[in-house]
Amino acid sequence: MKVAVVKYNAGNIFSVVHALQRMGVEPLLTDSPRELFSADRVIFPGQGEASNAMHYLRQRGLDQVIVSLRQPVLGICIGQQLLCRHSEEGDVDCLGVFDADVKRFVPLRHEDKIPHMGWNTLTPALSNAEEATSAPFPPLLKGLGKAPFVYFVHSYYVPVCKDTAAVTEYIHPFSSAMHKDNFYATQFHPEKSGAVGQQILHNFLTIDTSIR
Amino acid sequence: MLAKRIIPCLDVKDGQTVKGTNFLQLRQAGDPVELGKLYSQQGADELVFLDITASHEGRKTFADMVQKVAAEIDIPFTVGGGISELADVERMLSAGADKISINSAALRRPQLIDEIVSHFGSQVCVVAIDAQQDGEDWTCYLNGGRIPTGRDLFSWAREVNDRGAGEILFTSMNHDGVKQGFACEALNRLAAELTIPVIASGGAGCMEDFRDVFARGNVDAALAASVFHFGQISIPELKAYLKKENINVRL
Repeated sequence: MKVAVVKYNAGNIFSVVHALQRMGVEPLLTDSPRELFSADRVIFPGQGEASNAMHYLRQRGLDQVIVSLRQPVLGICIGQQLLCRHSEEGDVDCLGVFDADVKRFVPLRHEDKIPHMGWNTLTPALSNAEEATSAPFPPLLKGLGKAPFVYFVHSYYVPVCKDTAAVTEYIHPFSSAMHKDNFYATQFHPEKSGAVGQQILHNFLTIDTSIR
Repeated sequence: MLAKRIIPCLDVKDGQTVKGTNFLQLRQAGDPVELGKLYSQQGADELVFLDITASHEGRKTFADMVQKVAAEIDIPFTVGGGISELADVERMLSAGADKISINSAALRRPQLIDEIVSHFGSQVCVVAIDAQQDGEDWTCYLNGGRIPTGRDLFSWAREVNDRGAGEILFTSMNHDGVKQGFACEALNRLAAELTIPVIASGGAGCMEDFRDVFARGNVDAALAASVFHFGQISIPELKAYLKKENINVRL
């Protein structure tokens, strides 16, 4: 399987490369459209500032490449945010795959520290709270047990919307995982989330592309 | 809900952990990468690696170790010790560290905090503070607690906060190594006055000390070294205990 990791001006890209290597996968770190289009899986990771990242992607035409991908794509952290319509960070229009706008966290109490940093839990996204406690997670998040903990570092968030796949509570509920067509995304860092994170990366690599 | 974090700290000299350990299961007891991996498998939430080497060669060895940790360990980790300028930060982050911690360098030149934050973001910048209580006053110390600065703990912590640091790691020199519990009162005051997370360090002796530092100190994370290294407290047991005491931890 050919796994490509999008190379751009975001930090912490190597941590996802290391995580894949620990799973025995040697990913290709690339910004070549040809390589990205021909990969079986594309990971769009990173940590950074949204408007700088978008500017960089547009200059190189990578914005058009990413939205045209047809294989499973996984956005991580700022990757998830850039797949949305717009971000408050630098007031920038983003890739528009997910039908949502990225907002900055606003603390309500003294305890609400920003960035939201550390381990927090995932709940399947469903409007009915009773259903949510018994509902299964979507394919990307299967096999994790109930209310798994994953690692977050972020100051901006995606509100809960129709593309939300999992919800996490910090100050208020937000989208901690998303899914639309062949696009998957996590606000947390699976590559830094221990065994749970590794399971999520494994799920992504083994998603059944025939039934989506 | 955001979990309270348990953070083992490893002192590293010339690429080896300094304090001995009681982990018989480790093939190389002194290998920080192996020890870090064991802690992460046991449920540690983050790791801190402190370089206490003075020599140039030792520094190089430490950078190599950071690369190995980044390749082999799947939880976040912070590195500190000997970071005094932006180039040091850059080197550690590109070796794969998630965060760096600075201490004396920040007290000597507080502007360093601003530089790190503007280049790499708040989340990478942990500022460690060593302070000692004398009467009512808490005074900050330099160079691992050897040189008093006359600077008040709370005013310095506020400045660190306002300059944009991501977290404060506070070690009470009165409590460190004594194993009679953390400095809960001072920690509680820091947690109340600051808008960034506070990591408690110094004084862990038993599991109740961790409960108290979360319940009374109101901190976001607790760091310890020897109680973990010598096996006096095991992380799985500690977390199960804290859960039972209604402290929200990751199990």
